Amino acid sequence: MSETSTNMAIHTISVYVANKPGVLARIAQIFARRGFNIDSLVVSPSSDGRYSRMTIASQGSAEGLEQIILQVSKLVDVMHCMDHSTGDAIVREMALAKLRVTFEQRTEVLQICEHFGCKTVDLTPTAMTVMVTGPSEKLDACLAMLRQFELVELVRTGKVVMARGDEVT
Amino acid sequence: MSEKTMTGAEALVRCLENEGVEYIFGLSGGAALPIFDAIVESKIKLILVRHEQGATHMADGYARATGKPGVVLVTSGPGATNTITGILTAHMDSVPMIVLTGQTISPMLGKDAFQEADVFGLTMPVVKHSYLIKSTESIPRVLREAMHITSSGRPGPVLIDVPKDFSAGEFAGDLYPEMDLPGFSPDSVEPDQTIVRQIAEALSKSRKPVILAGHGALISGAEDVLRQLAEKMQAPVTNTLLGKGAFPESHPLSLGMLGMHGTAYANKALVDCDLVMSVGSRFDDRIIGKAPLFCRDAVRIHIDIDPSEFGRMIQCDHYCQGDAKIVLERLLEHVGELNTKKWLTTLDGYKRRYPLTYKKRGGLKMQQILDTLNTMTGGDAIMVTDVGQHQMWAAQFCRTEKPNTWLSSGGAGTMGYGLPAGIGAAFGKPKSPVWVIAGDGGFQMTMCELATAAINKIPVKVIVMNNRYLGMVRQWQTMFYDDRKSGVDLEGNPDFAKLTEAFPGGKGFTLKRAGDIRKVLEKAMAYNDGPCVINAIVEKTDNVFPMIPAGAPLEEMLISEPKSNQKLEKPTGST
Ligand SMILES: Cc1cc2nc3c(=O)[nH]c(=O)nc-3n(C[C@H](O)[C@H](O)[C@H](O)COP(=O)(O)OP(=O)(O)OC[C@H]3O[C@@H](n4cnc5c(N)ncnc54)[C@H](O)[C@@H]3O)c2cc1C
Ligand SMILES: Cc1ncc(C[n+]2csc(CCOP(=O)(O)OP(=O)(O)O)c2C)c(N)n1
Ligand SMILES: [Mg+2]
Repeated sequence: MSETSTNMAIHTISVYVANKPGVLARIAQIFARRGFNIDSLVVSPSSDGRYSRMTIASQGSAEGLEQIILQVSKLVDVMHCMDHSTGDAIVREMALAKLRVTFEQRTEVLQICEHFGCKTVDLTPTAMTVMVTGPSEKLDACLAMLRQFELVELVRTGKVVMARGDEVT
Repeated sequence: MSEKTMTGAEALVRCLENEGVEYIFGLSGGAALPIFDAIVESKIKLILVRHEQGATHMADGYARATGKPGVVLVTSGPGATNTITGILTAHMDSVPMIVLTGQTISPMLGKDAFQEADVFGLTMPVVKHSYLIKSTESIPRVLREAMHITSSGRPGPVLIDVPKDFSAGEFAGDLYPEMDLPGFSPDSVEPDQTIVRQIAEALSKSRKPVILAGHGALISGAEDVLRQLAEKMQAPVTNTLLGKGAFPESHPLSLGMLGMHGTAYANKALVDCDLVMSVGSRFDDRIIGKAPLFCRDAVRIHIDIDPSEFGRMIQCDHYCQGDAKIVLERLLEHVGELNTKKWLTTLDGYKRRYPLTYKKRGGLKMQQILDTLNTMTGGDAIMVTDVGQHQMWAAQFCRTEKPNTWLSSGGAGTMGYGLPAGIGAAFGKPKSPVWVIAGDGGFQMTMCELATAAINKIPVKVIVMNNRYLGMVRQWQTMFYDDRKSGVDLEGNPDFAKLTEAFPGGKGFTLKRAGDIRKVLEKAMAYNDGPCVINAIVEKTDNVFPMIPAGAPLEEMLISEPKSNQKLEKPTGST
């Protein structure tokens, strides 16, 4: 109702949940009902095995997101839910890019890789798979360069987030 | 504990007994057989319904009348899907309820086994929480958690899907296990003292305050402190449809119901006020009209136990999270009498100028029946409504004086709610007379439950307001669609009085003339051997006023029937 702002910022949200069946479906439903697309989603066990961590990247208005966070926080199996878009939280992502490269192109690709601190994780006479890690913007920049070659496949993990210092994620 | 082995179902029933459950409303079937079998030995009374939707509304009516969660037990597949309307109804209106559904055996899950439905998935958007049982041993823990979740904080329905192999399996666990709910901290009930002080400060400056009492005030049992506060401050109180009973509607400070079909004086008070304080209402679109314009120049205060309601519909100046009763108790310490004499005089002027009225000429009027019923019961009965025009007139003309004596489906607006909810209320409050006000349309959706009432000798008194129309929709077509009637004609209704007599112990009355209202109501009051139904042949095309067209600001309220040449825009609001 109060979605007056048309500002569709990308938000990085962390959710700390009890490891119970259905919890992901319930969270996804809240986003979907509000018309928010989930751009990326990472779920993994936390340091305490009874809980899981989720990092959700999503686009939409700030007001709508505030509501979503309140509604997600309310779920029985959710410990807490936080938006990290405004702070200076650590956000990282990893991508694997498979390129079809000729012998002549290979050196150039390796130069780009070196610049972005990528690793080549697979190399065959015709293909090369590169791993790039870092903040999402860095990945975007690196991939823009790699797209000059024939990019056959691309897999991105999606963002993971962690609050700095003593702050809780 | 006895050494005798028990099944998971027996453990389940034992736990329900330990939780103080008196009734289970349900209908049997294959996947729930072990549970039905376990009830045979139990002191819990099983109420066999005629349709699973009825079971959920009975549990809902029981819960709203008593404050305790209602319990439903049905089988898998269609039995379970038939409960969804009732679960939605409870969910929308924050009603505590446990729905137990049988399920196919666990190895068959996901294989489209006979009568398998993914009930856990199907109901997810309309429950407060849900479980799919994964082992026999977990049953007592899940039940304990479910009972805790359903009524704490903001109440809501909890569903437990029980595969048959686990209910039939041998139980060797603990009947009193610990709960495992690390993420569930029922919303904190104690308010922030600074915010309470800020609200008190805002109140002290107000000359034209309105307290808006919602369902949350009833859920928290805030009626006494609300009254003390209103009287101490000399502030008028309006209530939502579901807040009826939080503040006595005959009290001089009461403005009655606000909103789309609320009183003209309540809506006018909200247009003129300089402060509105909601106590447990969620600012539904039926009360705020056009959201950005609602009380735009007033100080807006929102007290609610559920912080996700804050800012959802309208932006407020003060948000106070906490239990309504506790918040009001804290506020009471910080406020004194406000200078509202002039304001109350203005409002009394509105009350005199725009009273709730109806014309006694013409055919039999629903309003007159309800007005008479109100005088006769004096607020000493549980009133249950269905959904439609009769519901709105009942809300206007039946003044609610006490908590938990007004039961109506608000958020979902579920036709068919009335009769089964009334039966549930009668089970919960056997000493209170229970009146059901139903439309001819809605009544026909769940009238099979007359059988449930008859067999259990439930003296619920039903008035079927028989206008041969789906009246509320017909009113919209008349007003906004050039009277082009489509899909609203109920001509050819059965004789509801005769129909009732077909059930053993059922009694039917027919009411046609205004002069007979009192006599027929008296007869119905005197009949207590089973359900009775008054078939009231009322005027066909009367319209409910006041009315704020959906999505319009409160200023655009139509106090009475607009002139026939006045063309109205189609409403922009949701429904
Ligand atoms: C045909 C039709 C017409 C209608 N017309 C009107 C109308 O004119 N006027 C009207 O008012 N309604 C009308 N309604 C009903 C309307 O749709 C809503 O259901 C109703 O307004 C909601 O009332 P509520 O917010 O008080 O209750 P609920 O929707 O039950 O909300 C209760 C609120 O209280 C909070 N709460 C719960 N427990 C506590 C606690 N312990 N402490 C504090 N807060 C708590 C909850 O979090 C929630 O926010 C109509 C419905 C129909 C079907
Ligand atoms: C299950 C369901 N279906 C449809 C509606 C839409 N609806 C709202 S009021 C109404 C008319 C109700 O007619 P009736 O029960 O005769 O009551 P009246 O308005 O005539 O008093 C309808 C169809 C609804 N609320 N619930
Ligand atoms: Mg009708």
